[in-house]
Amino acid sequence: MLGSLDHRSSLGEFELVQVLDSQGRETGRHPEATDLCRDELIRLYRLMVVTRALDVEFVNLQRQGQLALYPSSLGQEAVQVGTASVLRDIDWVAPGYREHGVLLTRGVDPMGTGVLWRGMWHGGRGLVQQRVLPVAIPIATQCLHGVGVAHAAAMDGTDEVVATYFGDGATSEGDFHEAMNIAAVLEAPVVFVCENNGWAISVPVSDQTRAPSMAHKAVGYGMPGLRVDGNDVLACRAVMASAVERARRHEGPTLIEAVTYRRGPHTTNDDPSRYRTKAEEDRWVQLDPLSRYTAWMRSKGVLTDEVEDEVAHVAATACAKLRADLIEAKDSDPLALFDHMYETQDAILAGQRLELASELAANLTGGQA
Amino acid sequence: MSERVSTVESSTGSSSLAPAEQKAVKTGSPKPVTFASALNTALADAMEADEKVVIFGEDVGKLGGVFRVTSGLQERFGNQRCFNTPLAEAGIAGLAVGMAARGYRPVIEMQFDGFTFPAFEQIISHIAKYRTRTEGMVKMPITIRIPSFAGVGAVEHHSESPETYFVHTAGLKVVVPATPSDAYSLLREAIATDDPVVFLEPKRRYWAKETLELPVRKEPIGTAVVRRRGEDVTVLAYGPMVGVAMEAADMASKPEAGDSPISIEVIDLRSLTPLDMDTVVASVRRTGRCVVVHEAARTLGMGSELAAAVTERCFFHMQAPVLRATGFDTPQPPPRMEDAWLPDAERVLDKVDLVMDWAGRGSSEVTGLDAAETAGEGES
Repeated sequence: MLGSLDHRSSLGEFELVQVLDSQGRETGRHPEATDLCRDELIRLYRLMVVTRALDVEFVNLQRQGQLALYPSSLGQEAVQVGTASVLRDIDWVAPGYREHGVLLTRGVDPMGTGVLWRGMWHGGRGLVQQRVLPVAIPIATQCLHGVGVAHAAAMDGTDEVVATYFGDGATSEGDFHEAMNIAAVLEAPVVFVCENNGWAISVPVSDQTRAPSMAHKAVGYGMPGLRVDGNDVLACRAVMASAVERARRHEGPTLIEAVTYRRGPHTTNDDPSRYRTKAEEDRWVQLDPLSRYTAWMRSKGVLTDEVEDEVAHVAATACAKLRADLIEAKDSDPLALFDHMYETQDAILAGQRLELASELAANLTGGQA
Repeated sequence: MSERVSTVESSTGSSSLAPAEQKAVKTGSPKPVTFASALNTALADAMEADEKVVIFGEDVGKLGGVFRVTSGLQERFGNQRCFNTPLAEAGIAGLAVGMAARGYRPVIEMQFDGFTFPAFEQIISHIAKYRTRTEGMVKMPITIRIPSFAGVGAVEHHSESPETYFVHTAGLKVVVPATPSDAYSLLREAIATDDPVVFLEPKRRYWAKETLELPVRKEPIGTAVVRRRGEDVTVLAYGPMVGVAMEAADMASKPEAGDSPISIEVIDLRSLTPLDMDTVVASVRRTGRCVVVHEAARTLGMGSELAAAVTERCFFHMQAPVLRATGFDTPQPPPRMEDAWLPDAERVLDKVDLVMDWAGRGSSEVTGLDAAETAGEGES
């Protein structure tokens, strides 16, 4: 037995970067993070409000039988909007499936994922046009795609940056670790954004890892790890800005852990009352990202009744449009399944397509008779 | 059709572990070219032709891969276009997805068949589906090179036959060359197509030689080739088993005294997706008999699909059911049991004999099921 070995497993605590406290008062630790123009401050507010309103609308649509499934992002608006708000049009996002605020910030029409949750088409529509990769449902797989896009962009000599989003559960998957390691080795311009929302379906983060924080995981890969209050939009924006700048200067990847909370169920099929307490949920209601930011905006005089009304109107319009678009959306022809698989269709596939086409035609004739 | 008849030259049997290092051939005049060096030249020519072609994987850089198929490429094209990755197969495949989405044409190497499985999720859930999921907007021009199959005396996890997993997955092409000229031609096409291709390289063919002039272009992906004309039985094979089928055909044509010669037609499938059933069907309708040969385990191997598809399209032309000369539904054997386990010309000929004289035979001779039942009764 060696008696003198230092069995330390911790590197001490990572600072939880916070610009506003839970009441919307400035902590004073990072005053530069509040130094944004009025338009940008209002843009962050608008995106958070619309994200939340659309989220409610999506849940309602699912409850009304219009969607197959929906994973709510309630409570995660600050990390999603704050981090995505610093990306430029030429940058990229490799998302998981709960990143509604990120996609909205990127300018993806809510119908883009609406078609996925309604069960009309896999992967979403209209994402790639905004440099957002298709929604990745297999956990952490998108992290590697993000590294690949980043490495390709760097090889082309651009200063494009990739942000990849994933949850606390994803940090247990092999693809997360392979992505972190490869990104570090290749010095890929990618930012790993871990939305630590406390729960992977029913498994709490305490059962997910023994690391003192998710940010600590960066150390083993030789990249910086940052820890931020995920319900503080200004802190998220500031931390992301520094990670993105670093990537843009080709100094390599960064891991950001944003501490937040999944206020809703995992998806509309889930029942959190089976595994967590109402008291815990109530505690996080007190830490709401939107009311915190609203309070600060009010105190600064940036948020007026007029702006609030205007944004509420934008949100209501977006929801009405989503509802109308979804309900009126025409289902794709099932034959479309065959049409995007390969450059050219081989004889066997063409034969199967014809078989389905005949069935569809026969059904149609049968229906009319 | 006669231009589709081409021969397979037998392996030189060299024991070198670095087939491609037997000199990457200069293109031009006809000379003996190994399967591995044909692949090496194909990679170099593809990189020369398109600057978006990049090669990465484990040990593909300075070492040139464990089979030296990427030998010299890093030196020639630089360590941006040919680079070692950390040892992470899912990582390699996932990286390829992102690079393809951002305009590159990755050619990735899985070091061995048995080490492809960590990358399975990326291949099945992303590489294969991406094009459909994005309605054709994001293509996956990825070539996944996998040294595959048995017959080189390798230890466990180095001799697997993974083709069925990929054939069963919509969105992938699965290509298995059997000759040096096909190795070159099919690899160039695999890299050039915008579709993802699982490119299975038969390890035991790496040292096989063919006298040829590079670059060479053969029949496109999705075309089977008749390697030997015959009248009595159609034998379907691909990759490492094409040589075995040719040997069986040769033996059947020169039987021992007293036996009649059997005329075997050998078809090299070349690609399993897309599958050239037209060439297969034309042959089986003529011969009326069909035997499928593959190393992979029998149950739900290519033989199952081929038997079903041949039966669907050739039923009234057939003198016997489609039989399969394959590996068994066991784990891949250790190398010292390999000779017993792998299909050889004798096993192929056993099946050929059965389909030649089918009338009056029962299924027990094919499957051994009746025998197994009898044995079970005896023990009880």
